[in-house]
Amino acid sequence: MNEVFITGTNCITPLGFDVTTNIDNIVNGVSGIRQHQHLTKMGLPFYAAAVDNAELDKAFAAISSESSYSRLEKMMILALSPIVRTFQKPLNDKTAFILSTTKGNIAALENTDGHIESAHLSQLAKNVAAFFQFSAEPIVISNACVSGVLAISVAKRLIQSGMYENAFVVAGDELTEFVLSGFSSFQAMSDEPCKPYSKNRKGVTLGEATAAVLVTSNCENAKAKIIGDGSINDANHISGPSRTGEGLFRSIESAMKEAKIGPQQIDYISAHGTATPFNDEMEAVALNRLHLQNVPMNSLKGFYGHTLGASGLLETVIGIESLLQNKLFQSLGYDESGVSQSINVIEKTSEKNIQYFLKTASGFGGCNTAVIFEKVN
Amino acid sequence: MTLENQNYITAICSIRNNEIILDGKLVFKTETLDFSDFSKKAYQHLGISYPKFFKMDNLSKLAFLGAEMLLQNEQESDMALVFANRSSSLDTDVKYQKSIADTANYFPSPAVFVYTLPNICIGEISIRHQLKSENSFFIFDAFNPQLMANYADVLINTGKATKVLCGWTEIFNEEYNAFLYLVAAEGTLTHNKHSLETAYNE
Repeated sequence: MNEVFITGTNCITPLGFDVTTNIDNIVNGVSGIRQHQHLTKMGLPFYAAAVDNAELDKAFAAISSESSYSRLEKMMILALSPIVRTFQKPLNDKTAFILSTTKGNIAALENTDGHIESAHLSQLAKNVAAFFQFSAEPIVISNACVSGVLAISVAKRLIQSGMYENAFVVAGDELTEFVLSGFSSFQAMSDEPCKPYSKNRKGVTLGEATAAVLVTSNCENAKAKIIGDGSINDANHISGPSRTGEGLFRSIESAMKEAKIGPQQIDYISAHGTATPFNDEMEAVALNRLHLQNVPMNSLKGFYGHTLGASGLLETVIGIESLLQNKLFQSLGYDESGVSQSINVIEKTSEKNIQYFLKTASGFGGCNTAVIFEKVN
Repeated sequence: MTLENQNYITAICSIRNNEIILDGKLVFKTETLDFSDFSKKAYQHLGISYPKFFKMDNLSKLAFLGAEMLLQNEQESDMALVFANRSSSLDTDVKYQKSIADTANYFPSPAVFVYTLPNICIGEISIRHQLKSENSFFIFDAFNPQLMANYADVLINTGKATKVLCGWTEIFNEEYNAFLYLVAAEGTLTHNKHSLETAYNE
């Protein structure tokens, strides 16, 4: 069976428009979360991690003079652009384009009168694909908050099947009234920057970002090898996680079985950590069931907020830097443990030799995804 | 087990044109045009007793009915769910957007918001049939038999699932078209792009 690698990575976030700037900010403990007054029509102040419009337009102008792209499309194109540029081969039918998002251009619904074509996810994918002239039909994954990491899993599986040799994967979601109002309606929004796994956590802070990777069967310049994955449903509730963490437990178990490694070999976990009471507790339960409670783990939501369909891919991009630099990044916002079972949350950025890391995510609909990455020596 | 193992389509259900057809046989038909009414009548006709059905949005109802047809006599619990459509959850998204468009009547409802994700229908089927299994939701312009076939095959041939329930569940503004089928390692109808295309167009 084909081995599958990640060779190129990039991200566009409030903390920077390339991986290096993002890592510098994380190391310095800088968060992208700010208080905003004017993101919604209701004008209520709330915390969110937003990409600056002027900086986005300036960066986009440097690669294209085209003005017809939506804000999210610009962020996705910018994330993919350097990776596509360094890809030396023709973009033929053996090269997939996979786009993952929860809501895509949902903001288009605010402005259209019955013409909803631009809110279609396949239209978003076509617009981004056309910029780079990808020839394969775009594959869109919309699986709630696991979308970004599930996209890596799907890319790996399709490359294993021989259908493709390479897959450009982009994930993105933006802050919209649609999403902000929805999370508010669930009473799930924190009135201060989110504090994953903390006793003092008050809920989610939303964010926006895009991230991109190249997944390929070619090991040249590989940053990491994808060695196992699982994406298993809780079959419990559509808007809350299973209390026993059943789906997450099974997803990680499936990934470890495929990777042929045990819990003692995993050096770092890039977890989901949305800072809602139920999610963080569920993760602690699942990790303890798997004997992973002593493995250093973080949630990057304290830096980026919850970027929905982008989060799993963005956090993988940052996790790969942990792997390459042998560095554990602090779980920003964490102080005292607020979960019932012991977990090893990273309080201070520190050095550690990392050979394997696990990325997890969970979302509405009871979905969970786990992917295990190995350092390429 | 190798990646080249041949898998088979063991059952097919379509829900379109006011009809539910299971393995070529008409199961239910009504004159009603809109989906809301059709789905309610189908639920009653099929003798389903699952009150949660009435809380679901139309996409979940459509996927749920298709899954009921195919899983009623199914014992396998290691059954992956691979679903796709064109309009994602836009049918519900538009309704939710209307509820927040007017600041004077600003009323975002959590019960509606949760259905603004297409994979919720997979969650509903998973809960109903207690399937703690692999799942993913794709969006394509049109039914994509090549991708669906490859993905279902790779799940079975790498041991991620014993069987796969696949579904094209498209719905927007009361217009609907569902095509669901089961894939397994044993059977008679070869599982590939060609047979899926043929069955889809029947």
